Amino acid sequence: MLWQIGMALNLDESIEQSFQLIGGNFNNAGESSSQLKRILSKLGADESIITRAAVAMFEAEMNVIIYAAAGWVRFTITPQLVKIRVEDMGPGIENIELAMKEGYSTAPDWVREMGWGAGMGLPNMKKNSDEFKIESVVGEGTTIEMVIHFP
Amino acid sequence: MKLDKLVKELTLEVKTCRECLQKDITGAYVSDLLSDVMANSRDGNIWITLQTHMNIVAVAGLKNLAGILIVGGRRPEDEIIRKAEEEKVAIMTTPMPAFEAAGRIYQMLQ
Repeated sequence: MLWQIGMALNLDESIEQSFQLIGGNFNNAGESSSQLKRILSKLGADESIITRAAVAMFEAEMNVIIYAAAGWVRFTITPQLVKIRVEDMGPGIENIELAMKEGYSTAPDWVREMGWGAGMGLPNMKKNSDEFKIESVVGEGTTIEMVIHFP
Repeated sequence: MKLDKLVKELTLEVKTCRECLQKDITGAYVSDLLSDVMANSRDGNIWITLQTHMNIVAVAGLKNLAGILIVGGRRPEDEIIRKAEEEKVAIMTTPMPAFEAAGRIYQMLQ
């Protein structure tokens, strides 16, 4: 049966996919976010929501690739929302408040030369999601969870 | 304005996705910071940059940009060209520096 309430997606079961990320592997960056974008487009989600979700996920992916040894990303799509969860085995963040400040970055020069590490990643993730949670343990890793609701 | 018109007027070299040249340009965005482009570029913009590495293709794809104009005579490597072709992202190059390319595109869009 076809039904739609507001902008909720017509979806019988939630869709879940996860991807492994290897630190330093810049060439494959964006694969999971492109996949999320493709699925949301196919489901007819609102364009601005698709872009927000894809950008938030791509930024999260990049942080794992830039800073961590490895990690994984997972997205879950339900009729009401997209949830993105990213976990890494990285150095962790000492001062989350500082890391959330636009322009603050600990990226090395060679990463900055690529146009990353401008201190915009975490703020971009927060801006593009409706709910944003970050937890980090120095020496162990960082976990980020983002939720974007369909209007 | 179609991308095609821009290519002809500014004699840009088209490296990938010739079929993308039929796309309409909504404006342009100049930046070499990828997160800045993700935050502030708009759908259908042409992106003017000197970055040539793989991630520009993903950024342009995710943001539905009309294409990437690589300035300053820089050239993307074959691997990037293959990826852009696959993802249907138009990449163009020009010897013009960013300032000049942006200025001319700005004038054309007025």
